[in-house]
Order: sequence, then C-alpha cells, then structure tokens
Amino acid sequence: MYYDVTIAGFGGQGIMAIGNILAEAAMREGKNVTYWPSYSAEMRGGTANCTVVISTNEIGSPVVAFPISAIIMNLPSLKKYQSRIRKDGLLIVNTSLIDQGEIQRDDVDIVKAPLISLAREAGNDRLSNMVALGIFLAKTQVVRLDSLFETFRIVLDERYHHLIPSNKKAIQRGIDFVTKLT
Amino acid sequence: MNDSRKRLINGNQAIAAAAIDAGCRYYFSYPITPQSEIPEYLSLHLPEVGGTFLQAESEIASINMVLGASAAGARAMTSSSGPGISLKQEGLSYMAADELPALIVNISRTGPGLGGIAASQGDYFQATKGGGHGDYRIIVLAPSSVQEMYDLTIKGFDLADTYRTPVMILADSVLGQMKESVVMGGRKKSTPTKKDWALTGCEGRSPSIIKSLYLDGDKSSEHNRKLFEKYQRIQKNEVICELNRCKDADLILIAFGSAARIAKTSIETAREKGIKVGMLRPITLFPFPNQQVRDISTNIKDILVVEQNTGQMVEDVLISASENARVTFYGKPSGNVLEAEEILCQIERCMNKVGT
Repeated sequence: MYYDVTIAGFGGQGIMAIGNILAEAAMREGKNVTYWPSYSAEMRGGTANCTVVISTNEIGSPVVAFPISAIIMNLPSLKKYQSRIRKDGLLIVNTSLIDQGEIQRDDVDIVKAPLISLAREAGNDRLSNMVALGIFLAKTQVVRLDSLFETFRIVLDERYHHLIPSNKKAIQRGIDFVTKLT
Repeated sequence: MNDSRKRLINGNQAIAAAAIDAGCRYYFSYPITPQSEIPEYLSLHLPEVGGTFLQAESEIASINMVLGASAAGARAMTSSSGPGISLKQEGLSYMAADELPALIVNISRTGPGLGGIAASQGDYFQATKGGGHGDYRIIVLAPSSVQEMYDLTIKGFDLADTYRTPVMILADSVLGQMKESVVMGGRKKSTPTKKDWALTGCEGRSPSIIKSLYLDGDKSSEHNRKLFEKYQRIQKNEVICELNRCKDADLILIAFGSAARIAKTSIETAREKGIKVGMLRPITLFPFPNQQVRDISTNIKDILVVEQNTGQMVEDVLISASENARVTFYGKPSGNVLEAEEILCQIERCMNKVGT
C-alpha cells in the first residue's frame, strides 16, 4: 500500500502534532513512513504544513508535489493546495475558518467539517486538529485507532499528558462526524 | 516488520544521537537554522554522558574550540549551515594542515549570502574542493535518509581518526527536518583509535608538535606531499556509492543526497512506464566515485545528472565519464524543492535521445 497526505494551516493549529502522531502510528504498525515539515519563522500565526507518506514499500521522495489527500485548516492553505490534490483524492476542509464557496474541486472526495465547532462539542475548541485527524482516519483507515492512541505519550510533550483523554474525545468526535455523513 | 528498536526522529536528531554513540564528548557551535535540532539534542543529552556542550560566541570561535579539543585527542564536533560553514573555513584549513580529526556538519541553506532555509545543494563545491585556503581536501559524506544521517555520522568519526582529517556531513533541510524510522546502536561500536600524536602533556616522553607553519621550503613541500598522498589513499580506499537498478538500464541518473532521494520516486514511476532507468548515487562526494562513473558510462552512454543547484557535481561527472558518454544536466536553483514529477520529465526527455 501507499498513501500520502499534506496537512496545512496556521502555526499553532497543531498541524505538526497530528502529522507526527499519524507517522508514529504508521511506524508502529510496521509500515515505512516519512514525515516532512515546512514552516515559516513564526511559532504562531505563520503558515505551517507537513507531508506524511506511508507505504509498505521503500519510500522515495518525502516531498510530495501532488498529494492523494489533504487536511486544510485555513484559507491560504486551501488556495495553495487544492489544485494539487490528485483526482479522486480526499480533501478535508475546515469550514469553521474557510468559506465553502472557496472550494473549487468537484473531482475529489470533499469533507466539509466545522472543525472548531466539532472540537467545542467534544469539550475543547483548541482540538480542531484532533477532530480533523479523526475524520481523516475514518475516511482512509490508513492506521488503526488503537495505534494512534498508543502514540500520544511519545509524541506529546509530558506537560500535555493530562490532556490525552480530551484529545481522544476529539478524535472520536471526528470519527462520529464521518459516520453520520454516510 | 514492526521493530521495537525503531524510533521516529528527524535527520538532525539522528546526527546528534550518532555523535554521542560514536563517543564524541565535545560539541562547540553557534546557532543557525535549519540545523537547530543538533545543538538542541546535544545540549540536553551530552551532559548526561559527561560531555561538554558549548555555545560559542561565534562560528570562528567554535571551530577553533573543535581544533583545540581534537589536538588534545578528543572526538569533537561542530555543526552549522551555509554562511556559518563559510566562517569556519579558516579553521578547517588549519585542521587539514594540522592533520586533526573532527566531524563538521553542514545542513546547508539556499545561498549565496544569507539565503533561506529551504533545501539546497549549493555548497558542493565548497565542501569537496577544499573550501578554505590551500591545497587540501576533506572527506565529504552525503546521506540520503535519516538512517544514513545516523550511520554516516558514526562512520565519519571513524574515518576522521583513521586518516587524521576533518570529515564533513553535507545535507540540507529535507534530510535534516524529515522524520523517518531509525535503528540506533546495535551495530559495530565505533572505537576511537589511540592517538599517540595528541597533545596530552609530555611528562616522560618527547613532546608532540602539531603545527601548520613550515617556513623551510623542503619541509613545506614534504608536508604538502604527505597530505597529497593521504588524499590519494582516501581516493583509493574509501569511495562509497550506491548502484540501483543499473543492470538493464538505458539511462543512468546520477544524484546525491536529497536530490537522489526525490529522484528515487521518479525512477520508480519511470520503471512503471517501462522506461529502463537506474541510479548511481555518490555517498562519498570526496572521494568522488570517478572510476564507478567511468565504468558505468562506458556501458551505458546516456547519463542524467540532477542537482538542487545550477551545476556543481556535474563537473566531477564530466571529468569522470567515458569519452563516448552523453551527459545531460538538470539543475533546480535552490529555493523551491525538487519535485519527482519534474525529474520524471527530464528522464523522459533523455529517453527520446537514447539510441540516437
């Protein structure tokens, strides 16, 4: 199998965090994986994106110009990446921050998700990234949920470990959102 | 297979972890992106093993601290990026002349000048042709995966001690920032060689002298000849390159480091289309695999050189290739990273010429 995803948004939205969690989970399932981040100098407010490649074969390029899927958390990222997603691919759009009218693709699977509202429903509106990860997981099943949960203690800094239960809840909220769509 | 020893870390962290595993206990540097995870990791973990992490007042100070630690017999290291490496060149030249081993890491930037932090292979000339003043070379290793960032760092320390020479790891932000699974340790342990030349205090023995000043013409000539013979030995014994899918190939792509890594995808896609292309990947940039390039270009005429710069390694390929070879160059100026699709286009263009 081969799958890749580009995750993009503002610095501070937890773009790198969910990329890391996904990559770590895939590695624990015995798959080959690359995680490649790209970000501007600002810690918060700048643009941030990362690309995760998961494969059962050796991975060549960690840099992916035309991804199979994308998780898009803000408008600048939608403008930058939507034309690059492969036909019949997957596009997850954060409609809490992006007007639906900005979406121009009709040849990919689009999930329009109000990520901030969904995160708020799950208990913490700062966990929109985890809701997005839940949606991604439900759509692609590229890793197992338990593998994902196992990685939290490794990927998240210790000072955030008390938030692991709420992170899990937010991921579950994303999964439930997809279940209701179908 | 799931291997519990595997860890997901980035290339910079792999270099730092390998330095500790190789017995390096002295690290001196001045901060610069995109190599920041190296000092970050070592500032945390070097003190745990009794090592010294020192953020110096400048790049020039840090390379001279490396020189001092090395002269005293320690395994020492510094790391920087493009402009910082330029500042270290004077020290590197002295260390080459003094025959002092050390590891220098360049996670290069787009340049010239201050440049940016995107991927670049623009420091190939500087790394492989001496870099500082005088008639010298240093060994240059070019990893293309996070595992190789780890393995070649350990190898780099060993080569440095064996040949009493500075060794450089040349990589960029694609390799420094990318995370991949790495298996650390468990390999043949690196063993620092006994350094009877080191300046360790001469009580009970005659003094050791480490110097680069030879005012006497004969002595100067003799010293430079000794260095030259060392570089010849390195060229003879230490070339490493990877040959991938070359046996049935009509076209050979030559690339190193991140460009080679990205080109692997292009080659896979080309193969799926029935295009027979293989790769020669130099892992040592000095010593360059001259003979390997000559041999392969004798059998397979068409060569495509791909670099993330406007043409540097291609000069070494042209020097090495057989007279009948047809060498095409594709270079992307640093700033925007190479894409597998554009390399595929170049492969297809070259294939149109094959057989003509």
